[in-house]
Amino acid sequence: MPHDHSDHPHAVLPSDPALRVKALETILTRKGLIDPAALDEIIDTYQNKIGPQNGARVVARAWSDPAFKAALLADADPVLAELGYYGRQGEHMVVVENTPTQHNMVVCTLCSCYPWPLLGIPPGWYKSDAYRARAVREPRGVLADFGVSLPAETAVRVWDSTAEVRYLVLPMRPAGSEDLDEDALADLVSRDSMIGTALASKPDEGALT
Amino acid sequence: MSDCISHSAPEPAFLEPWHAQVFALTVSLNEAGRFSWADWVTRFSQTLRRNGLSRELDGGADYFDAWLETLEAILAEAGSASPQEVALVRRDWEEAYLSTPHGDPVHLAG
Repeated sequence: MPHDHSDHPHAVLPSDPALRVKALETILTRKGLIDPAALDEIIDTYQNKIGPQNGARVVARAWSDPAFKAALLADADPVLAELGYYGRQGEHMVVVENTPTQHNMVVCTLCSCYPWPLLGIPPGWYKSDAYRARAVREPRGVLADFGVSLPAETAVRVWDSTAEVRYLVLPMRPAGSEDLDEDALADLVSRDSMIGTALASKPDEGALT
Repeated sequence: MSDCISHSAPEPAFLEPWHAQVFALTVSLNEAGRFSWADWVTRFSQTLRRNGLSRELDGGADYFDAWLETLEAILAEAGSASPQEVALVRRDWEEAYLSTPHGDPVHLAG
């Protein structure tokens, strides 16, 4: 119950957009169009359960198991679904493999389509106009900004995500990682290496992001 | 799997609680069949393009401002939440915050 006689300072007023979101939530709940418990579940999932560690496990397995990798590259959806990673929006996942002759990089020029089940919510820079515009126009310049320089003979291919198709980069397995098991390999796989704006870390470096 | 914790994401998924709320609202409405994700992407990308004409969007707060603007427009057109309803309930929430002592949970009256 609100205190109508209080001299205490009142609760901190949320920002205008925060109040508008609260209003939408109230209206839609009253109309039975949403269930607040379902909202909490979605937030908990994306805040705490889904993140780049999912993609890193897939990459580490692909590095360790040639049959798994072949199946993943041929048709990722059933392979990922078996691991429990499937798109809630019904989108298809495509895994693109980095090789000495081709480096892959992922962007969404439309908005910010991203392989949520494998990488979680995209970082701010992925959603920025600067990245979305420059990744296609000058991918090598963007890679340089991320501290990545590729040999001249390596072509850069940029994959533009859509509502229907989301891409995950399978980075090259770093030298010196031959003896590592899947858990140790997964530690070398950063989020950015699966977007294509970084390479997998070498065993003595550890994953940066 | 407890070993996942050791390499969890270093930055929070959402910078502000309302970013998470509006994201979850949208995903929930999509999953309930209120609109397809392809339709959402079309509308959202139109908003981003329009907002990006006057200034370069940095992918932070401006990204979720555009997200909210898009969702409000879709819900208004669908008749699920008109701008008038949103303005009224927003005002109710504002009054609830201003009349609730600091530290107490804020509820809508009535």
